[in-house]
Amino acid sequence: MEPALFFFWAFAAVTVVGAVGVVVMRQPIHSALFLLMSFLGVACLYVQAGAELVAAVQILVYAGGIMILFLYTIMLVNVRRQRTERYLHFQAIPALGFGFLFLLVVGGVVVNEARALAAKVPAADPKALATTVIDGVTVLGNTQAVGWMLYRDYFLPFEIASVFLLVAMIGAVVLGKRTMERFD
Amino acid sequence: MITLAHFVGLSFVLFTIGVVGVLVRRNLLTVLMSIELMLNAVNINLVAFSRQLGDLTGQVFSVFVIAVAAGEAAIGLAIIISLYRLKTSVNLDDAAEMKG
Repeated sequence: MEPALFFFWAFAAVTVVGAVGVVVMRQPIHSALFLLMSFLGVACLYVQAGAELVAAVQILVYAGGIMILFLYTIMLVNVRRQRTERYLHFQAIPALGFGFLFLLVVGGVVVNEARALAAKVPAADPKALATTVIDGVTVLGNTQAVGWMLYRDYFLPFEIASVFLLVAMIGAVVLGKRTMERFD
Repeated sequence: MITLAHFVGLSFVLFTIGVVGVLVRRNLLTVLMSIELMLNAVNINLVAFSRQLGDLTGQVFSVFVIAVAAGEAAIGLAIIISLYRLKTSVNLDDAAEMKG
């Protein structure tokens, strides 16, 4: 097996084991740590796919930011005192059956389509992707190329995303601050 | 050689695990984590197609998806904290006021 493929399977195994751990673990703190493992596996896969900027953003935002938010919330809601969740909910067996069927039928179709597309459109050269010439300027590296595109072609969505993040921040502060009396 | 089908298959497996997690778990925190897994699966697809087609648009959009995921996590966790204040519980079955 060639090394690239070997590493792909290794990172895929880390990602999938992490994801299964998130769903299977009973304590939310264990789920959170498995989620971190899954995020790091996905970041490694991004590097392998030649998306270094997305990998860095994945580690900074997911493994850094979102993970801390989850850990703070787990700390605040004092999960150990919670009534333990019934492990096999009545919904679990139909849900597992549905997941299996979904994976088998839709997944099979999607993977077959991807294979057909890959046969029709040969994979682009990653070097050519990272060194494009925009307006006579040679762009070097994935980060510069994506940044150029982000600020040039997708400037409005970028600004909307920043407004969205501001709104989300204000919303989170308001929701977290307001004291509500208990109904029951 | 790593092909497009490898990435798409992996992302599909990850997405299915996320869907099953949302359906099976009753803990709101774990449900939110499963939603993050699904968003990650979508991002893998975007990056894989960007690599295959030689077009950086997919990577730009996966950065947007990550931004939306950050906002979603912040709001979702704030809602969980409000619910905890109201019910002293993060179990989905305890938030059943709207049940007919």
